[in-house]
Amino acid sequence: MKIALFIPCYIDQFYPQVGIATLEVLERLGCDVHFPPNQTCCGQPMANSGYQHLDGGCDNLIVKNFSGYDYIVGPSGSCILHIKHHLHGEDEEASKDIRGKVFEFTEFLTDILKVETLEARFPHKVGLHQSCHGQRGLHLSQMSELVAPPFSKPEKLLGMVKDIELIKPERVDECCGFGGTFCVFEEAVSAKMGKDRVADHQNKGIEIITGVDVSCLMHMEGIMRRQKSPMKVMHIAEILNSR
Amino acid sequence: MQTVTKSHAELSEGFNKDEARVSWHDETLWWIRQKRDKAAHQMPEWEWLRQTASGIKDYVLGNLHDLLELFEANALANGIKVHWAADAAEHNRIVYGILQEHGVTKIVKSKSMLTEECGLNEYLHEKQVDVVDTDLGERIVQLAGEVPSHIVLPCIHWKKEEIGELFHKFLGTPEGNADPQFLTGAARIHLREKFLTRRVAITGVNFAVAETGEFVVCTNEGNADMGTHLSDIHIACMGIEKIIPKQEHLGIFLRLLARSATGQPTTTYNSHFKKPAPGQEMHIVLVDNGRSRQLGRPDFRNSLKCIRCGACMNTCPVYRRSGGHSYKYAISGPIGSILAPNLDMEKHADLPFASTLCGSCSNVCPVKIDIHDQLYKWRQEITKNGHAPKAKTFAMKIVAAVLARPWMYRLGGSVARKMMRLFPSLMNNKSIPWNKARELPAPPKQSFGEWYAKNRKKV
Repeated sequence: MKIALFIPCYIDQFYPQVGIATLEVLERLGCDVHFPPNQTCCGQPMANSGYQHLDGGCDNLIVKNFSGYDYIVGPSGSCILHIKHHLHGEDEEASKDIRGKVFEFTEFLTDILKVETLEARFPHKVGLHQSCHGQRGLHLSQMSELVAPPFSKPEKLLGMVKDIELIKPERVDECCGFGGTFCVFEEAVSAKMGKDRVADHQNKGIEIITGVDVSCLMHMEGIMRRQKSPMKVMHIAEILNSR
Repeated sequence: MQTVTKSHAELSEGFNKDEARVSWHDETLWWIRQKRDKAAHQMPEWEWLRQTASGIKDYVLGNLHDLLELFEANALANGIKVHWAADAAEHNRIVYGILQEHGVTKIVKSKSMLTEECGLNEYLHEKQVDVVDTDLGERIVQLAGEVPSHIVLPCIHWKKEEIGELFHKFLGTPEGNADPQFLTGAARIHLREKFLTRRVAITGVNFAVAETGEFVVCTNEGNADMGTHLSDIHIACMGIEKIIPKQEHLGIFLRLLARSATGQPTTTYNSHFKKPAPGQEMHIVLVDNGRSRQLGRPDFRNSLKCIRCGACMNTCPVYRRSGGHSYKYAISGPIGSILAPNLDMEKHADLPFASTLCGSCSNVCPVKIDIHDQLYKWRQEITKNGHAPKAKTFAMKIVAAVLARPWMYRLGGSVARKMMRLFPSLMNNKSIPWNKARELPAPPKQSFGEWYAKNRKKV
């Protein structure tokens, strides 16, 4: 099983430890993982801002770098969702192939690798932030709005971690307010949403906020550091990679 | 009204100056979202109801022409006078024409978002017609000289103490009395006099049944009934998308409407109007106002399924923290943001961007409108039509050009991280929007790509 690792641009530049954790977890599970070096970005920053028509360059790069693998796996619900829904390179056949083979990290573990046990230990109080695009877009977990049976792929994986204490916030799946360029163009509302999410976790005595999307975590981390909060953020791959 | 040119971002920045108030607004609406959840979760068939309602509306949108003609024929046979209005201006003229014909200058009106959309109150005010909104929330904002901030809860942005002050000023209630029951009692007395003396009552329409020519008006206060029963003339104003094929379909929609709106099993009054009482006149004004155009937009036609429950507003984390008035349109929140650009894309170009695309709106929508997908699509339309800010377009072109060239991306990333390490104060400048309430991430020495090149050999 030949797997291409997709590391979103801002993770590559600012959170390399998340890429390393993702790679190490996949390797430990026996995957043959490759990192195509000329990858950049999924194109979502442009598309969500109304400039999907400027995504040609990014789309062609993705097709060029990620064709020929069995699966493409990345530690970001949002970027993966974007590729899955909106990848249209010049080679439409190859684009379609990639759209069907791209997986978010946790769903790849639960649905493709069918992981049932993990050798991980993380003795901390952890709050799970349900990133919207992973949850409502990729259906990584059930959504509080729907009258439907509960499930959660990230929670299932965190449940395999020894000594972890998973605590639910009051609002189990409210958006953190990052929203891509929304975080700067609608700064006031975005910041207030982030503050409210952080406070919700803080009120529950949570030490670490985790999630499947570093973008949400980056936004909340920015707020927490400004507030000098003792809480920290960690991507779920980092927790699953902890011993 | 027309002088407001600030964007949603600017107006909500203003709203956020009082953070405690924003928290209060958020929590009040979240409480209603929770009531909705509780009501929905008591119905095992909830998702089936949503799917069925959406399917019925698909049929309606596919057969709108025939259903409207059938409705008209049946309504005429029932003795209702039917009017057709192509746009807001014609709607307002028709309503005023009926008033003029009967020499009426004072009327009561129950809640109708269509009349808000058409700006009927302002229009009639200019014609020296006195309109009293009889929905309590609408009356409150009307006394305050405002427009509703929410389609179901028009004065949700007002605190009871402020309403006490307002009533003290306009209705003469004792100063400092903010007891909701007392204030409601005072409003009752105030409105009763209007109900008893006004000869024309305007109502909205929640559902119009094609097969019977009847229409249904849902209220919690009974104010539509009080107004129409005590008047000589009833004018009902409806958007043409409010049609449903059969009476039995009400069993689907009425179960969804109030539960989605407020978490109630049903609205207190679901009143069916089929024909005028002896001695009364009943008019219905069928209004297009851009709906045909929206029907012709394949990506956006589903927005016409909306039954105006307001659930998408209550769940929207952006709406809850920006307040309805930041949207500058009669219908605020996520649904307003996909309806308004159809009427005037340039004027409402900011609204589809007032969202994180979290998708909660689409999940609560009782008729399964793909609201957040439409927000995304409106963004593309607005940009393609040249209504995006020029600076944003310029910045996006640069970002896209860099991200399309791996060497440029790597160089740019490395330079940016180095700058952040060497000149932290420059990068932490508070004039950069990100930095107002947040810190930038700590810049690592090497990117993942650099780490990988050193630590793994294969490609």
